[in-house]
Amino acid sequence: MEQRGRQSAGKPVGRRVVLGVLGLGAVGVAFGARIQNGLDNVLAEVSSKDPTGLTGLLPGGGGFQFYNVADSIPHRSDTDYRLTVDGLVDRPATYTLADLKSMQQTRLVRDVQCVTGWRVPNTEFSGVLLRDLLDMAGVQRQGTAIRFTCFDGVYSESLTLDEARRSDVLIAHEMNGAPVTSAHGGPVRLYVAPMYFYKSAKWLSGITVTSQVEPGYWEHYGYDVEAWVGRSNGRDDAPTSN
Amino acid sequence: MTSRPGSAVPTGATMLRPRTEQAHGPDELRRFTVAERWVHRTTATLMIVAILSAAFLYLPQLAELVGRRRLLVTVHEWSGVLLPLPLAVGLGFRSVRSDLRRLNRFRPEDRGWAWRAVRHGTRHAGPAGKFNAGQKLYAAFIAGATLVMVGTGLVLWFPHLAALDVRTGATFVHDWLALVIGILVLGHLRMAFKDPESRHGMRTGWVGRSWAKREHPLWEREERAQREEPEEEAEPGGTTSTDTAPPPGDRN
Repeated sequence: MEQRGRQSAGKPVGRRVVLGVLGLGAVGVAFGARIQNGLDNVLAEVSSKDPTGLTGLLPGGGGFQFYNVADSIPHRSDTDYRLTVDGLVDRPATYTLADLKSMQQTRLVRDVQCVTGWRVPNTEFSGVLLRDLLDMAGVQRQGTAIRFTCFDGVYSESLTLDEARRSDVLIAHEMNGAPVTSAHGGPVRLYVAPMYFYKSAKWLSGITVTSQVEPGYWEHYGYDVEAWVGRSNGRDDAPTSN
Repeated sequence: MTSRPGSAVPTGATMLRPRTEQAHGPDELRRFTVAERWVHRTTATLMIVAILSAAFLYLPQLAELVGRRRLLVTVHEWSGVLLPLPLAVGLGFRSVRSDLRRLNRFRPEDRGWAWRAVRHGTRHAGPAGKFNAGQKLYAAFIAGATLVMVGTGLVLWFPHLAALDVRTGATFVHDWLALVIGILVLGHLRMAFKDPESRHGMRTGWVGRSWAKREHPLWEREERAQREEPEEEAEPGGTTSTDTAPPPGDRN
């Protein structure tokens, strides 16, 4: 305190910088949505000509973000992979990857929208309609919902039976024309086109028909169970699939 | 991080030593008190944890290595939200407040210093006081940026508290400012890496007079003048009294 007299010979630049940063932060929050939109266009332009791929690491640089709730990426080879269908069905079954490939294939090209904001346009997924697997298993009358489990041992998801029977819900083993990689949830993942991407469980290993919806992993942490793009989780993104 | 025995040992050791000018001789100057070093140490630890957890959440290559997203999110949220706490506690110490005043005020020698340092290097930017203009600007910017990161981070932590475009704006600010902070902290570490004696000063609280003369000549002159003025001799003792008997909060 006794030094104040001596030190006051000087401008409080520090305080001005702190307040300036706070002000800029507030402006950024107020106009960030608009600025990021503009930047996304610029970054998309730049990253399409960037051989290093470094621009992909910038905020809003586009592309998929990798999320995993288990402690490592689970690996399952094409020959070891098994998908079981059980629960309230007449004919429980286990499928290999070859079984799935031999069935009627469906190809969907839609935008992928994550609930954290990123969106990847025109992503192609191919595989078997979940509807076909359910029809082969024969869903019993009490069955009204599906519970999905994964071979990472942690993740789970859910759909109502009506949602599961939609023609844009796939058991996917190809993404953009190539086998789904381990990082993207291969060899087989769920793809629920009209919903936020956390519904599209990676590393799918089990399909269980249940009598009521059992909320999945993120839904225990506050995410909506009904995760329609643009109509849930407090977001208003453009729908990805109608 | 509070109970790491390794980091508590050196402090305990220095506390046994009497903290008088004589014990350190005329060739050493007191630069930071125990309270200041603990503010720096805890803030640095929290900052590094926040930055590393952010990197492992954000960069796909790193996220693929560790997974465990829930745990990383929790670590990131808490290390981030606690970042202002060490300095807030430190405000209870006179030495911390006194250096904050020094950091706040730009004196005549700071005018144009940063510009000259950028153009000709810090050695040829003119004499500096206890803190040069670059250090002052860094401290102020990081302080403001940390508050903005905590504010925007809380919006993302509790999404139900804010409307969607506020959340989008907060995400925008949080992401880009994180990049800026990451670059600045790397620069800060690089400066420290290049100058062992300044690291020694932050670790022990003492620096050599020759270093002070070279890097902070106006401060060295100030300290010398204070030592030579007999009536002011009581004052430095008063400022350092917080170290000899640190209150319990200081040990955190």
